[in-house]
Amino acid sequence: MTDGLHAITVTINGEARPLRVAPSRTLLDVLRTELGLTGTKKGCDVGDCGACTVLLDGTPVNACLVLAVEADGAAVTTIEGIAPAAGQLHPLQQSFMDLGASQCGFCTPGIIVMAKALLDRHPDPSEEDIRFGLAGNICRCTGYTKIIEAVKDAARRLAAAPPPAGR
Amino acid sequence: MHPFAYFEPTTVDEAIALLARHGGDAQLMAGGTDLLVEIKESLRRPAVVINIKKVPDLGGLACDEAHGLRIGALVTVRAIETSAAVSRLYPAIAEAVREIGSIQIRNRATLVGNVCRASPSADTLPPLIAAGTVAAISGPGGARSVPLGEFFTGPGRTVLTAGEIVTAIALPPPAAQAGASYIKHGRRRAMELATVGVAVSLRRDGDVCRDVRIVLGAVAPTPIRATAAEMLLEGRAPDPARLEEAGCAAQDQSRPIDNVRASAAYRRAMVGVLTRRAIAAAWERTT
Repeated sequence: MTDGLHAITVTINGEARPLRVAPSRTLLDVLRTELGLTGTKKGCDVGDCGACTVLLDGTPVNACLVLAVEADGAAVTTIEGIAPAAGQLHPLQQSFMDLGASQCGFCTPGIIVMAKALLDRHPDPSEEDIRFGLAGNICRCTGYTKIIEAVKDAARRLAAAPPPAGR
Repeated sequence: MHPFAYFEPTTVDEAIALLARHGGDAQLMAGGTDLLVEIKESLRRPAVVINIKKVPDLGGLACDEAHGLRIGALVTVRAIETSAAVSRLYPAIAEAVREIGSIQIRNRATLVGNVCRASPSADTLPPLIAAGTVAAISGPGGARSVPLGEFFTGPGRTVLTAGEIVTAIALPPPAAQAGASYIKHGRRRAMELATVGVAVSLRRDGDVCRDVRIVLGAVAPTPIRATAAEMLLEGRAPDPARLEEAGCAAQDQSRPIDNVRASAAYRRAMVGVLTRRAIAAAWERTT
């Protein structure tokens, strides 16, 4: 680390990625800039909006408040890794499309990743569970009603036909 | 973000040595949910960040009737929130931790970090103080213990001296017939800082209250004990007239300020209301 950069390896959506990063770089900036994974959005950059939600070893976190060096050795799932295979959609993605749960779309990737974490834990969530689970994801367009309906719809789809294990 | 040198010590001694070597230029990082925001907003410009997440001795959540609750410095708020034993034995702590930020934040933020940031409005501080929590501290001069009631000296200020780290906090086992509660008042239900927070811990002795602790948050530079209200209740039944008196006494002891979240007068009025409700809720739980 003579140049001040740290060598790390992060498994991103199933693929091991060796990287050299400055310690002050966030996981969010490395995902978007170094790795070109721009599905994860940069909204507030201070942990208030949830647009940058990713799964870190399966746990939802704000990528803007994780240093990239801290992700060394970890598995990160971004919105790009949510679909079960190329050309397919995760039931949450299908439900969000079918029910019009997205308007400008900026918050949608973070909400889908957070909703996936919620459904992994609570396959049959109540409306209160969904509202509590998504409290850290801000949408300024939809008024949330359609988002909550879409998460309920996805839970029904998943109960009817669980997808193959995701990446 | 402002650049910094970065260290990942693997022992408490190594972390203390790094802190001692870099002094005021260094910041300790546990969850990072507050520190990284402050660095991004240039409120802090540390030359060195010492991430303590790789120190195995700082982990560990242990909770049972016999030994109480011990929370290591790296235990996340979400781990406490989802602990069935904590919900059962320490309901006021369980009520407070779910008020912090979002699930994403609580998956990173640590309870000990929340304590060390010493925000006057931090939700967890009133119930921790009411429960008789003690901080275990290690530093260049050795180890010491400080009750949380004596830990805070001002907004963002604590009794910690250079090179000291809070390694864990410990709560005594709940007494027989104990009850505790925390009530937060905010403008919305999530992602909110407290306008006023009131925590109560007490023990039922027949029809009367014993060992009453009432702690007010967000109405003074640090969380404060409402000692006059506590004395009014000690050895007395919490009937409506007594609750009214205790609420007024707590209100008189609060020293709130006007700020963006509420006026001082409103905060003072809410201290009275929430104190009455929190005492009643804690008493309810003793049965």
